[in-house]
Amino acid sequence: MSSREKPVVLLACGSFNPITNMHLRMFELARDHLEDTGRYRVVKGIISPVGDSYKKKGLIEARHRLEMARLATQNSDWITVDDWESQQPEWVETAKVVRHHAELISSENNNDDVDTVRCGKRRKLEQNTIICQSSSYINTKEDTPHLNLLCGADVLESFGVPNLWKPEDIEEIVGRYGVACITRCGSDPEKFINQSDVLYKHRKNICMVREWVTNEISATHVRRALRRGQSVRYLLPDPVVRYIQEHSLYSAESEQMNADAILAPFQRYTSTN
Amino acid sequence: MAGRIPLVLLACGSFNPITHQHMRLFELARDHMHQTGLYRVVGGIVSPVGDNYGKQGLVASKHRLAMARLALQSSHWVSVDDWESQQADWTETVVTMRYHYDRIAAQYHNSKDPPTASDVPQLKLLCGADFMDTFKVPGLWRDDHVEEVVGYFGLVCVSRGSLQPDRAIHESDLLSRHRRRIFLVREWVHNEISATEVRRALRRGQSVKYLLPDSVIDYIREHNLYTQDSEMKNKDVKLRPLTMQTIQD
Repeated sequence: MSSREKPVVLLACGSFNPITNMHLRMFELARDHLEDTGRYRVVKGIISPVGDSYKKKGLIEARHRLEMARLATQNSDWITVDDWESQQPEWVETAKVVRHHAELISSENNNDDVDTVRCGKRRKLEQNTIICQSSSYINTKEDTPHLNLLCGADVLESFGVPNLWKPEDIEEIVGRYGVACITRCGSDPEKFINQSDVLYKHRKNICMVREWVTNEISATHVRRALRRGQSVRYLLPDPVVRYIQEHSLYSAESEQMNADAILAPFQRYTSTN
Repeated sequence: MAGRIPLVLLACGSFNPITHQHMRLFELARDHMHQTGLYRVVGGIVSPVGDNYGKQGLVASKHRLAMARLALQSSHWVSVDDWESQQADWTETVVTMRYHYDRIAAQYHNSKDPPTASDVPQLKLLCGADFMDTFKVPGLWRDDHVEEVVGYFGLVCVSRGSLQPDRAIHESDLLSRHRRRIFLVREWVHNEISATEVRRALRRGQSVKYLLPDSVIDYIREHNLYTQDSEMKNKDVKLRPLTMQTIQD
């Protein structure tokens, strides 16, 4: 039972339009990788679907995307879904979402006396051992779980797209918090980090999780298959497949949503030029 | 779907263990065959190979069967069959196919309404692109068996990753002759999750959640399958089909 391991919370922002087994695998891979270093203990995963005002093409209503994510994680004992981001009236920059959750975690940590429920569970194959803080233990800053943004290499690479991210937001996300980035075959995020001064500066906060086995179940592909009446079974959890069928989500019409709209970050950042 | 040929898809393999990838094969194949306009898929069969196959790392068939049953519990059209794994010795694919075809045909002939020839479902072998390359391995297949499996029954082959089944067909005169009996299904999603990878992850204590159904993962944990030891099983054993061919020479 090691108290040297830093507790970590993984936060994934994205459309989740819909959530797929690949999204869920990202969490599992990142947790395994971080815990394998012996330095971290992943205590929680958070899925934060983007709000409707992001205006991405084909983005269906947040209430459906939230519900599907909940259905997908009902059998997970550590991954949860959070609706704060999607409930905000306007689109919220990722850095703000990260900040919001970090502050929440910090205040939860400070308010707890003895809270066995909140303690991290060490995951083992055979049994669960619960690491608890006794009442005589004073909460130090080290006990506060550290928040990391969990994402694919494409997100890291999107930092280079003009007017998609504010430079100070990138600085905050990688500098103050940290990123767990799932890489896939064919992409070379280390090269990208090397080519970006801000990423290079904070390279110690960027954890590369190598995905040895290609798993490219993209939500785009899933939506395409659904439009064509093809099966998506076993690409997403069964309850999500059923939900999509029950509500007839993802049609040619739904894919046209926001077809003429400008993506919220472009709208916000280019208009201030 | 009136006027269409009823079709049953049979997948033979180790299923060591069964994964979402295996189950996707059935879904993709069914969609594809429906979209040809010619077929109506009426059933799917998972037939795990017997223990005598001698493949390295193959765990006992009772486990592989149990896991497949758990995985397919919620499927309305794919089921698990244990005939192949219950045979005393390893059974050639063509023998398994003949058994299932005869069984299916008998069911139709025994049913109340007088069946017409078109009511008896066809049986085709469902496989991944890697399977096409096995035809090239010396001593693994008898020519007359390939003739029957491909030429008489037919194949539905789902591509994966960069494997190009059409190349395997091109490079074989036998397969080329029967190319009209081989349905190639393109899997656009690049998804290389294999049972080999799953076993590797399990040996290393890594998560395999979302790669296979939770019920199968629970079963694996309960029975402590897939360890360093289990992977060493049959390490020095020759694959059964290869030893059978030698005897017949």
